Amino acid sequence: MELIVNGDKIEVPGSVSTVTNLLEHFDIDKKVVIVEVNGDILEKDNHQERKISDGDKIELVHFVGGG
Amino acid sequence: MSVNGRYSRQELFSPIGVEGQQQIMDKHVLVIGAGALGTGSAEALVRAGVGKLTIVDRDYVEWSNLQRQQLYVEADAEERIPKAAAAEKRLKQINSEVVIEAKIMDVSIAEIEDLVIGVDLIMDATDNFDTRMTINDISQKAGIPWIYGACVSSYGISYTVLPGETPCLNCLMETVPMGGMTCDTAGIISPAVQMVVAYQTSEALKILSGDTAAIRRKLVSFDLWRNQHAAINVEKMKKPGCLSCGEKPEYPYLNTDNQTKTAVLCGRDTVQIRPPERQDLNLESTAGLLAKQGGKVVKNDFLLSFTAGEQRLVVFQDGRVLVHGTKDISEARKLYHRYLG
Repeated sequence: MELIVNGDKIEVPGSVSTVTNLLEHFDIDKKVVIVEVNGDILEKDNHQERKISDGDKIELVHFVGGG
Repeated sequence: MSVNGRYSRQELFSPIGVEGQQQIMDKHVLVIGAGALGTGSAEALVRAGVGKLTIVDRDYVEWSNLQRQQLYVEADAEERIPKAAAAEKRLKQINSEVVIEAKIMDVSIAEIEDLVIGVDLIMDATDNFDTRMTINDISQKAGIPWIYGACVSSYGISYTVLPGETPCLNCLMETVPMGGMTCDTAGIISPAVQMVVAYQTSEALKILSGDTAAIRRKLVSFDLWRNQHAAINVEKMKKPGCLSCGEKPEYPYLNTDNQTKTAVLCGRDTVQIRPPERQDLNLESTAGLLAKQGGKVVKNDFLLSFTAGEQRLVVFQDGRVLVHGTKDISEARKLYHRYLG
């Protein structure tokens, strides 16, 4: 499946079907992440059920603490 | 107009101009933290001619700081000069027209209420979310904007909080993470620092010069090594029920009951640190996280013990941490945040 993540076209495995899967794929599922799918910001509680499909435009920003 | 043309290039920049420069010179900025981000922000703002700058830090300069903490030199590390003191010296050399106030202290609730008096803007240059949430709440309570910035590896993130307008950090994060990556665990390259500093200080100049219309209003992040950039408009995330910025604010992070608690265990050369809420840690994954940071981890069903060099931390399942080998609460909190985020 092809997605546009943070402006870049990327290929993800077919097993990635939800936002939670995608965060796991990028290894940021343990972090606090703000997710926008096709212009809509998701509530954290909806990451599990929100399906993603071919061509979705996704923005991901995860919080870090260092400074 | 400055007599010696010191600010001429900034005054020629039309969104600031002579008038904006005058505004900048009337402002007081509080920089919390004098590590990588703090030294970068402080230098930029002092060069820009801010009226007064207060810089606060609890740490001293070490050799590993010199790669990216731009105000420090070898002698500071050699002599373990407190960062606030070393920063003050250098900042005064850079611009003697700016009033520089340096404070060597650990910023928690008690300190922050006093620190913000008369301040126009707070720059976040901390390395932990406990302090950031305290900054977030005092910003709302006192009506002072603050600019979040953080970085690790080649990644960075920034966001500007305007009380009464934008969502606050509590709206965006909802939970304060424990065990997140820090500079100490994953390393950092200096350009990532500089990029965050650029985002933070650009926003600072907009606020200080009075051009709030130019403020970015997006949560921004980048990865300079992976060549990525993201920006999300988070205005819709402002929550009316937010306890920090909502209709009935309670400023939970200004309540000492919710602050990470520290206590010296008498006669044991040990400091206990208690997180604000009782946790149910997965010791297995905490052990994995600590082991990655290059120490020895021993675990049983109730706690794990982590030894790195001469330091030993014991982490209980309920989130309590005993830091052995010190009676100094600031030192213990530093170790706690370094290894556990």
